[in-house]
Amino acid sequence: MQKAELLQGNDACVRGALAAGCRFFAGYPITPASEIAHGMARELPPLDGTFIQMEDEIASMGAVIGASLAGAKAMTGTSGPGFSLMQEHISYASIAEVPCVIIDVMRGGPSTGVPTHLAQGDVMQARWGAHGDHPMIVLAPSSVEECFRLTVEAFNLSEKYRTPVVILTDEVIAHMREKVILPSADEIKIFDRRKPTQPPEWFVPYRDPGTGVPPMPAFGEGYRYHVSGLVHDEMGYPTTRADEVDPFIQRLFHKISRDFDKLQWGEEYYTDDSTLDIVAFGSVARAAQRAVKQARERGMKVGLLKLQVLYPFMRRKVTKLMRNSPTILVPEINMGQISREVKRVNQGKCKVETLNKVAHETMTPQEILDKIGEIYA
Amino acid sequence: MATTGKSKTKETSPSKTVKVYKGWCKRCGICVAFCPRQALETDKDGYPSLKDPRGCDGCGWCELMCPDFAIVVEDAKS
Amino acid sequence: MPNGRHIIYDYLRTTKRFPHMWCPGCGLGTFLGAFLRAVDKSGYTKDQIVLISGIGCSGRISTYADFNTLHTTHGRALTFATGIKLTKPGLKVIVIMGDGDATAIGGNHFIHAARRNLDITAIVINNSVYGMTGGQVSPETPLDVRTTTSPYGNVESPFDICKLAEAAGAAFVARSTVYHVKLMERLIGRAIDRKGFDVLEIISQCPVQYGRRVGLKSPVEMLQWQKDHAVTQEKARGMSEEDLKDKIRIGALVDNEAPTYQEKLDAMKQSFKGVE
Ligand SMILES: Cc1ncc(C[n+]2csc(CCOP(=O)(O)OP(=O)(O)O)c2C)c(N)n1
Ligand code: SF4
Ligand code: SF4
Repeated sequence: MQKAELLQGNDACVRGALAAGCRFFAGYPITPASEIAHGMARELPPLDGTFIQMEDEIASMGAVIGASLAGAKAMTGTSGPGFSLMQEHISYASIAEVPCVIIDVMRGGPSTGVPTHLAQGDVMQARWGAHGDHPMIVLAPSSVEECFRLTVEAFNLSEKYRTPVVILTDEVIAHMREKVILPSADEIKIFDRRKPTQPPEWFVPYRDPGTGVPPMPAFGEGYRYHVSGLVHDEMGYPTTRADEVDPFIQRLFHKISRDFDKLQWGEEYYTDDSTLDIVAFGSVARAAQRAVKQARERGMKVGLLKLQVLYPFMRRKVTKLMRNSPTILVPEINMGQISREVKRVNQGKCKVETLNKVAHETMTPQEILDKIGEIYA
Repeated sequence: MATTGKSKTKETSPSKTVKVYKGWCKRCGICVAFCPRQALETDKDGYPSLKDPRGCDGCGWCELMCPDFAIVVEDAKS
Repeated sequence: MPNGRHIIYDYLRTTKRFPHMWCPGCGLGTFLGAFLRAVDKSGYTKDQIVLISGIGCSGRISTYADFNTLHTTHGRALTFATGIKLTKPGLKVIVIMGDGDATAIGGNHFIHAARRNLDITAIVINNSVYGMTGGQVSPETPLDVRTTTSPYGNVESPFDICKLAEAAGAAFVARSTVYHVKLMERLIGRAIDRKGFDVLEIISQCPVQYGRRVGLKSPVEMLQWQKDHAVTQEKARGMSEEDLKDKIRIGALVDNEAPTYQEKLDAMKQSFKGVE
């Protein structure tokens, strides 16, 4: 039996990464994500892993990709300004299909913003910050326990789909301390990238084996192949041929979207009989949960869907709510980013209300409750 | 790497020949210009060719300098 | 088949289309040949070599050679190399960059990789210009030269890549021109054999985007220029500063022993074992 521990969200991300088998971390200090680097700097060397503080976040992401190509599970952690610098290489990881995990602890922006305050302003950056058309997996924990669990899952997904996975936390989740009982190693399911199963001479590095995810040898294992950020043919060589470019980009998207139904991770509260549903994520989802409870106590039929996967956007679960509730409320600490997605999948089915706050403070249950009251009035 | 087992046949002049892979040659003129023996010339299509087989002493300079791996010096077949 | 020197054909990818994409007379191909011969002599197997390149004409080198190859982003090849080397120290990691690649957009990565003394061979192919993007001014373009982005003459002073590397802490620094092809091959070989961060600057010709802008009308004239302007270290010793002004020193310029990043890391990890 594992014992209870008092952990901070950032620490739980470190523990999750190590549990998932992460043995490489490259990063650059930034509030409020630095504790992730501190933890990795402490924990990795004794495990024969590598921690390196790079000269900037572009370099950090480059080193992470290099480590992954050499066979390590690799990660970096940052906040908004650093996340912007990483986008060039997140794009690279996406096209070159290099598994890696990026934690963005969101803080008040734009730019240096309010470094010590929380915000949820990087949702769109996480999805579309990298240039070019690319798929993206974005997870959003809302508790210390979820920081651990979703970090493990981020590695699993990145290994499974050969794609970068972003974890969006925020200043509150990152610094909040909660008592958690972490699962033991044998309780954790780990997915490792698939390796080629044929001799090197017969290996075609980017041929779709049917799953959309080609097997991935590490450099030095005898499968000499070419990795490139240029759109490439099955051999990895640059191509501009429409009949090669099109299926390639299609495959990048399809390898993830074909499992869309398996990625509807969210927790629902009181959604069976609700007439108003809240869709929230991160620290706001915690406030929303309390608000829903209080609303119920007052006889209001309010439900909550807490999103754990932000992208690919969980349209299945969200539209199911829309079939039953005339109104969806989306509270978030930005000017409306996830609410855009909710509106996009809504297609006029129901009313989408927003509650936005940009003072870079926690959203309180009372604020949400007030909004619920307003809608009910 | 294996070398050719030519030692038994006594080397007689011309002992070397220059092969040009025209599919790869971009006719840059480097080999012709820098051949230490001036043994190469440009043919009517712009490709290098050996002026006089006896002029090439097999130093391999053209092969080292060619940016396109398009010219090789080999032992002449007897 | 191979006749001693034809060794390059063993290392070019037969699955890749040739002739390569570089312009007629471009120095990159000659460099690649010298590089492959040096690797062959080094004794490393193809599987042990990771060849990493940035973006630019020089960046395409990785596509053609039969190693573990990685074509990265503009300027940042060394960051990828860092991750690979630290994860698999047994691999021989070689990075090839253009001058813009290494000293403009990648300048920061370049000095920090040197400072760390990572076990990486970094080769900068300096053609004094941005080749791939159409002949723009680079941090290596000499003063007053007119390029597409310095149409009235370059007003910025260029970097000396070798001095930059030395100041940043590179253990081995050397320079060759493409014309001095045998020296180039030897220096590549030496760099590969050494441990620590090695920097090799190769003065190369870009006939299309540079030569014609400085009055050198053909690849042949550009190579002749290299021949005329290069002085070996030995020769330079006997020359005055004045005589050396417009000359390019070639040969090994710096050769220091210093503990590498990996050695320091190993020592640190050894200390954990002591504790247990
Ligand atoms: C971030 C980024 N900025 C700009 C470019 C465009 N770009 C491609 S190659 C290049 C310059 C190449 O010059 P150099 O590094 O000297 O290499 P060369 O082509 O001369 O070998 C530039 C600016 C890019 N690919 N990425
Ligand atoms: S150096 Fe090579 S490419 Fe140039 S002309 Fe000679 S054979 Fe042709
Ligand atoms: S543009 Fe210049 S550097 Fe690029 S391939 Fe042509 S000659 Fe070489």
